[in-house]
Amino acid sequence: MASLKDMRNRISSVKATQKITKAMQMVAAAKLRRSQDAAQNARPYAERMSAVISNLAAGVSGDGAPRLLAGTGRDQRHLIIVAAADRGLAGGFTSSIVRAARERIASLLEQGKDVKIIAIGKKANAQLRRLYADRIVETYDLSSARTLTLSVAQPIADRILSLYEEGDVDVVTLFYSHFKSVVTQTPTARQLIPAQVDTSGSADVAGAAYDYEPSEEDILETLLPRNITVQVLSALLENMAGFYASQMTAMDNATRNAGDMIRSLTIQYNRTRQAQITKELIEIISGAEAL
Amino acid sequence: MADKLHFSLVAPEREVFSGEVDRVDAAGVEGDFGVLAAHAPFMTALREGVVVVHQGTATRTFEVHGGFADVNAQGLTILAEHAVEA
Repeated sequence: MASLKDMRNRISSVKATQKITKAMQMVAAAKLRRSQDAAQNARPYAERMSAVISNLAAGVSGDGAPRLLAGTGRDQRHLIIVAAADRGLAGGFTSSIVRAARERIASLLEQGKDVKIIAIGKKANAQLRRLYADRIVETYDLSSARTLTLSVAQPIADRILSLYEEGDVDVVTLFYSHFKSVVTQTPTARQLIPAQVDTSGSADVAGAAYDYEPSEEDILETLLPRNITVQVLSALLENMAGFYASQMTAMDNATRNAGDMIRSLTIQYNRTRQAQITKELIEIISGAEAL
Repeated sequence: MADKLHFSLVAPEREVFSGEVDRVDAAGVEGDFGVLAAHAPFMTALREGVVVVHQGTATRTFEVHGGFADVNAQGLTILAEHAVEA
């Protein structure tokens, strides 16, 4: 049986923890609002960009198509980019992204494919390194980047492109968490190379006689690499929003759990204290009677 | 001039401008151009330069750095790497 002093210490330590989780929850909530806005503001650009590329891709086909669009014609060597969080204490945020990526990697390896990995975020790196240390070709730590802009995504995109251009990879897939709402973020895989084009809605537009300055190949040639940067950036922004949402939920749960614990510990403490007082009273009374 | 042109200027971080306008002047790699409503489908890379938006008698000027202009039946879209109102 724990002594009263032990229990008092226990209660005050849980109270201190609760204060920390409460503060973290409020910080995450504030940051969530900002990063949610950032993610939503970035969506039009990414959407327009893929619409433009779909338009162009419908017109350019066959041998003239750039390699970023057409692929290398093989799918032997895969590059998996896993974008997750730099920090922890966000529930299963990183784990769920890594799990989705791991399933893909395992199935690719089973098919005898060659897999390389780029890990974005310290936590993603730590989780992947345990399993696939020899397959990680590059890691990025974005914890020092205060705001996510194109200049943050640029080096990552450049690295992807140089791997592709050197002929080290055939297919590039990006794993990140799609921010659906504050309560749902789904781990998502997006294929970057060869570029995914939506051919469904663009047929009518492509039918119209488009004028290109310079030629459509030249435009695609510059547009496709930029599209990769934009896709990486939008994944990072979605991740950021998802991370704070997930952290907020996790810290809210932790605060509530700490509250429950404080309540039950306090009841236990009071019971023990009363039992002890009763025992002391009995001792005094029976001592007095004996005299 | 009855018809208006739907114009949106988007930067990676946010949508800078979106709305119905009369005319947009921009600087393409192969020369400056103006776009009115119901322009023929047209696409060009942009030079570093200014985009001038005419709405009635009012004009707004944006400094645009790198990007593309896409004119189709829905209107004009400029995808810029950097865009700020001058």
